[in-house]
Amino acid sequence: MATTITKTETLVGKRIRRKEDPRLITGTATYVDDIQMPGMHHACILRSPHGAARIRSINIKPAINQAGVVAVFIGKDIEAVGPVPCGASLPGLRVPAHSILAKDRVYYVGHPVAVAVATDRYIARDAIDLIEVDYEPLQAVSDPEKALEPGAPAVHPEWPDNTAFTFHQEGGEPEKAFKEAEVVVKQRITSQRLVPTSIETRGVVADYRSAEKNLTLYSSTQIPHLLRTLVAQMLGLAENRMRVITPEVGGGFGSKLNVYAEEALMGFVAMKIGKPVKWIESRRENFLCTIHGRGHVDYYEIAARRDGTVLGLRLKLIQDLGAYHQLLTPAIPTLSVLMMPGLYKFRNVIADIVGVFTNCVPTDAYRGAGRPEATHGIERMMDLLALELKMDPAELRLKNFPGKGEFPYLTATGLSYDSGDYAAPLKKALDMVDYHKLRNAQRDAKAKGRLMGIGISTYGEICAFGPSPATPAGGWESATVKIEPSGKVTVLTGTSPHGQGEETTFAQIAADELGVSMDDIIVLHGDTSIVQYGIGTFGSRSTAVGGPALYYALQDLKAKIKKFGEMLLESDDVTCSGGQCICNKTGKTIEFAQIAAASYRAMKLPPNTEPGLMATHFWEPPNFAFPFGAHIVVSEVDRDTGQVEIQRYVAVDDCVNIINPLLVDGQIHGGVAQGLGQALCEQAVYDENAQLITGELMDYALPKASTMPYIETGHTITPSPVNPLGVKGVGEAGTIGCSPAVVNSVVDALSHLGVRHIDMPLTSEKLWKLVRQGGQA
Amino acid sequence: MIPQNFEYSAPTSLKEALALIAKGDAKVLAGGMSLIPLMKLRLAAPEHVVDLSRIADLKSVHEDGKGEFPGGALHLGALATHFEIESSALVRSKCPLLAEVASNIGDVQVRNVGTIGGSTAHADPAADYPAGLMALEAKVHLTTAKGERTLPIDQFIVDALSTALKPNELVREIIVPVETRGTGFSYQKLAQPASGFAVVGVAARVRKSAGKVTFVRVGVTGLAGKAFRATRVEKLLEGTSGSAADIQKAAAQAAEGVDANTDLHASADYRRQMTKVFTARALTQALSRAD
Repeated sequence: MATTITKTETLVGKRIRRKEDPRLITGTATYVDDIQMPGMHHACILRSPHGAARIRSINIKPAINQAGVVAVFIGKDIEAVGPVPCGASLPGLRVPAHSILAKDRVYYVGHPVAVAVATDRYIARDAIDLIEVDYEPLQAVSDPEKALEPGAPAVHPEWPDNTAFTFHQEGGEPEKAFKEAEVVVKQRITSQRLVPTSIETRGVVADYRSAEKNLTLYSSTQIPHLLRTLVAQMLGLAENRMRVITPEVGGGFGSKLNVYAEEALMGFVAMKIGKPVKWIESRRENFLCTIHGRGHVDYYEIAARRDGTVLGLRLKLIQDLGAYHQLLTPAIPTLSVLMMPGLYKFRNVIADIVGVFTNCVPTDAYRGAGRPEATHGIERMMDLLALELKMDPAELRLKNFPGKGEFPYLTATGLSYDSGDYAAPLKKALDMVDYHKLRNAQRDAKAKGRLMGIGISTYGEICAFGPSPATPAGGWESATVKIEPSGKVTVLTGTSPHGQGEETTFAQIAADELGVSMDDIIVLHGDTSIVQYGIGTFGSRSTAVGGPALYYALQDLKAKIKKFGEMLLESDDVTCSGGQCICNKTGKTIEFAQIAAASYRAMKLPPNTEPGLMATHFWEPPNFAFPFGAHIVVSEVDRDTGQVEIQRYVAVDDCVNIINPLLVDGQIHGGVAQGLGQALCEQAVYDENAQLITGELMDYALPKASTMPYIETGHTITPSPVNPLGVKGVGEAGTIGCSPAVVNSVVDALSHLGVRHIDMPLTSEKLWKLVRQGGQA
Repeated sequence: MIPQNFEYSAPTSLKEALALIAKGDAKVLAGGMSLIPLMKLRLAAPEHVVDLSRIADLKSVHEDGKGEFPGGALHLGALATHFEIESSALVRSKCPLLAEVASNIGDVQVRNVGTIGGSTAHADPAADYPAGLMALEAKVHLTTAKGERTLPIDQFIVDALSTALKPNELVREIIVPVETRGTGFSYQKLAQPASGFAVVGVAARVRKSAGKVTFVRVGVTGLAGKAFRATRVEKLLEGTSGSAADIQKAAAQAAEGVDANTDLHASADYRRQMTKVFTARALTQALSRAD
């Protein structure tokens, strides 16, 4: 019998639309707030209106007496619940006791003080207005530099210096480098506090079945398994009796890479009242109580030779931590220090972090988490050095990259950059904008009085978190692949995609490896009772770590399929391809579906082989992956109003092999949008009393579809040895590369007025003043 | 974001609505673009909300040849949405300034729901409509169970969030002139980056004849506690040839003698300066459209 081996079309590398989208765009997806249960109650949380206050007394009676209110809990009721966990450890780290409800004191506006539980959400909301709290307001401090001044109000009375930790790192001989430098450039650079503002706020449904001692927690989270482990500990539950389900998650950006007081609190409430309970965060609460990002004040110094060769880098980093440590709060600035040399050959570096308590909501990971701050700093500094040396900023950058042959490249901060050709994306971006022509156009524009600028940034990203010893939790990821008896394929990933599209990209990978149709594959995630333990989705890691885990699980499964194929084809010369096994001698074939059926029916088994077709792989990466790239921005400042117009936006990324270009473009676009937000308009502003004055969308300015520039994307591909798929992460790259390119372009537009640096956000009034005052802020 | 308990009525006739609000303690709901957020934040807690959205009479947009203005008038029912005004062929041809102002309000969702009567009665000092209505010398037609009255817009708006509206009174319609042929118009706005409200917004109408500017009306919103007509600007530009220098000289007076607002998004100084810039831009475009 003649056999044609039909090679299935390869899906990896194709622009395939997301399998997730139909349910999302038709409104049939299930978010936490869509969950209804018989007997479900509703919780509402009373929060501190003060930045700092002593609680003299709380009277819950007027609330508890309302019809429909079943319980009110305050700090003294939750003594048995463990503290909100901090997963980061640093030498000498001061960790404030972080109970899930305030006890005798509140530390920031929004601090949870009491929870009211009622038969519907309206009664619960009304009930918290009836709880009487007698506060004695105390002096608060919101500015991290002011918090460090002697005599500043102590956020935690036990630590009057407001210092949670200091952290020192150095490499090479920084003092010598600065002594020998021909030029030293210094600048204070801030990265303002930002509100992650996912479209879906947080939410929790808790369902406790006392007969089985089982708690099911539905939560809008990026880390279902870690959440289960940590909340079970907080509540004193057996971990195997707790189940976390992550329904659809409407955006996280790091803000849901956390364990929040409310997640344990709802578990506690459900156990107390014996009924399911739901809490949905309001938008106002999201501003006040979900972690913020950034919050840096950085003092940079660069040492260099007159020819542009960089020698040394010094950084004093003041991190606004807020009032508590959330899951990774103190670790975030250490990532900035690791990445502070950027892509350049700084052999001598010295950095000191001061982690500062303030009466504000904690900061933690927000898209890029430490790397946007580092990139913003070094890329601004490279421009300042170029300005000082009157060198072209592109030329200065190209001069200081490690060469292609220097990889793996060991940085002065101790990282091993796996692979790279850092000049390649920059050169490509320069070509895309026709750089020399563009500079001429700028000269002409400036001669006519127009304020046109060109901004360049290059960036490296530490991603694919990561080897386990270098991460607070495990750094591996897991995958299970099952071929069901009918031949349909189920993939269980330990990652927890929430918009990144792994239901599609992982199906592409599995389809190619097994030679089956993508439609025959389903990718499941986000349920701890269905999926083997996993770490989650954050730090641009899902495809870069979860992808290889899937790849290896598929190899194990293919080996088993082959054994069944050999048995069923009665041959030891069998190839598996295109969804079937083929006997190379006779040309006889057998479909995977038949093999699957036979493996489960198990009338006969290959030697030393168990029934069924399932494989699980836990993959530990040998190193982080370091994608890189370059962004170029052309902007023009309106002389009369100070408004910035982004005229061109070019983003070239090297994340090596691309599984789905459509999704990579989407990640770059979304990342750039959030970078533009920081560069141009977003800022979480606390006043002196630690009141958040940009506490709603009427005052907190997000970028809008109508204000987005057209983004021209490009890619270079530099092979990476880190994993078998040759993939690096891309989820944060757009954000990391963006803000310095924008600010560099605007400073470039105003540099002839004497402007050297402008802190973000670049509001029109700020720029108008600079223009009017001839560069003097 | 859940409001306090309130009673809700949705009358289907104006008579019924007037009877309901005559009882007192009622807050009138038109498009709800301001009232609903205030209620959700519990900054407003009315005991009774009277929703006008089912009163068909209040949605009419029509022309009246012998109405309030010598050249005819457009009557815009209080519940006409921003989108209806922005896209109405009648408004676009007979009072294009108002359509242009409407098209600058908020975003698509707000324009689909927000109403001209609601916006005018709320009198937000940063709302867009008041600039246009001042420049148009619009009138506000008010009604109670007992009678009707009509007020010029500058008498209707008293101060920030404060109007001449009595507790038992409703805005029935906004009346604007049918624009004289050849009138140039423009609405220029610096939008607050978060809310889209006007940091400053300037509406201008101009007419020219024999190389001279014969008629200028300028309405300014966002700068002060209430929108106002920049009469100094108008007087300075009238009678000139409307050159760039004339425009600059006139626009320089746009913020004179005004107590400017200040907030996170714009200081008083910046607002004043932007008022001049956007006045000049509005006048320039309006003159370029006049013939």
